[in-house]
Amino acid sequence: MNITLGHYLTLGAVLFALSVIGIFLNRKNLIVLLMAIELMLLAVNTNFVAFSHYLGDMHGQVFVFFILTVAAAESAIGLAILVLLFRNRSSVNVDELNSLKG
Amino acid sequence: MDIQSALFYLFSAVMLFAALRVITARNPVHAALYLVLAFFQASGIWMLLKAEFLSITLVLVYVGAVMVLFLFVVMMIDIDIDALKKDFWKHFPLAAFIGAVLALELASVLMGGFRSSQIAVDPNTANGLPVSNTRELGVLLYTEYLYPLEIAAVILLVAIVSAIALTMRERKDTKAQNPSEQVKVKAADRLRMVKMDAVQQPVVPPAAEEPKP
Repeated sequence: MNITLGHYLTLGAVLFALSVIGIFLNRKNLIVLLMAIELMLLAVNTNFVAFSHYLGDMHGQVFVFFILTVAAAESAIGLAILVLLFRNRSSVNVDELNSLKG
Repeated sequence: MDIQSALFYLFSAVMLFAALRVITARNPVHAALYLVLAFFQASGIWMLLKAEFLSITLVLVYVGAVMVLFLFVVMMIDIDIDALKKDFWKHFPLAAFIGAVLALELASVLMGGFRSSQIAVDPNTANGLPVSNTRELGVLLYTEYLYPLEIAAVILLVAIVSAIALTMRERKDTKAQNPSEQVKVKAADRLRMVKMDAVQQPVVPPAAEEPKP
């Protein structure tokens, strides 16, 4: 049995669903939330690469390249904000970050 | 089952297990290490899809830079794990339900719609000659996607500057220059002109009385 495009897309879908579950479960831990976002981006990138391979179109891989760039920038800024938050509040609990709530 | 299918199932199984451990690990350090494992498996899967450049970039950029950054941050800040894990399973039924619905819907559509697809044209041999994936990607990036590439570079620069600016802390006991204050300085702050006569009478000290011989 050959591996078809559907197999890769299903793998991406299951990975995406796992990271959605992770966001629900780790409501308190900001670090694991960032990791779950990275997993989501990985699932999307896998879909892009699979489509690029099976449709014979290199533009999908260029898109993955840009997603990797933006994801690296996002995680760097996210971790900087997290460090700042921990310095000020001594906690990474999302539920305690309600200063802006009216 | 050929070797490629076997490798696909092996990489997928290990990647899904690692992802599961990322979201359920008690210790954030373990979660970060399992995320490294998941990235390695994804790199293998991309290699199966003949995207060599991206797969090596994934290992270099993600495992080499981003995950090391994650590990540094996780180990640097002192997290109270027990407090964070207190009502971990409270949201589990809702999360499992939504995740299962999401995965089943996506998988049913995707497996139904794309199962029969075959490889249309191998992108690396599209123009007849076999060219490397890296070369194809580079040609596209530096011709058609030149301006998006510049924007990506600017985004990285913004990320560098903002990450440093956010986390920089002024310390009391270090001496530093303030460039804006230095630029703002005027000549009058540095040099004071004192008005005085051009020629000044020498002040003759009164001669001491000589003792008479």
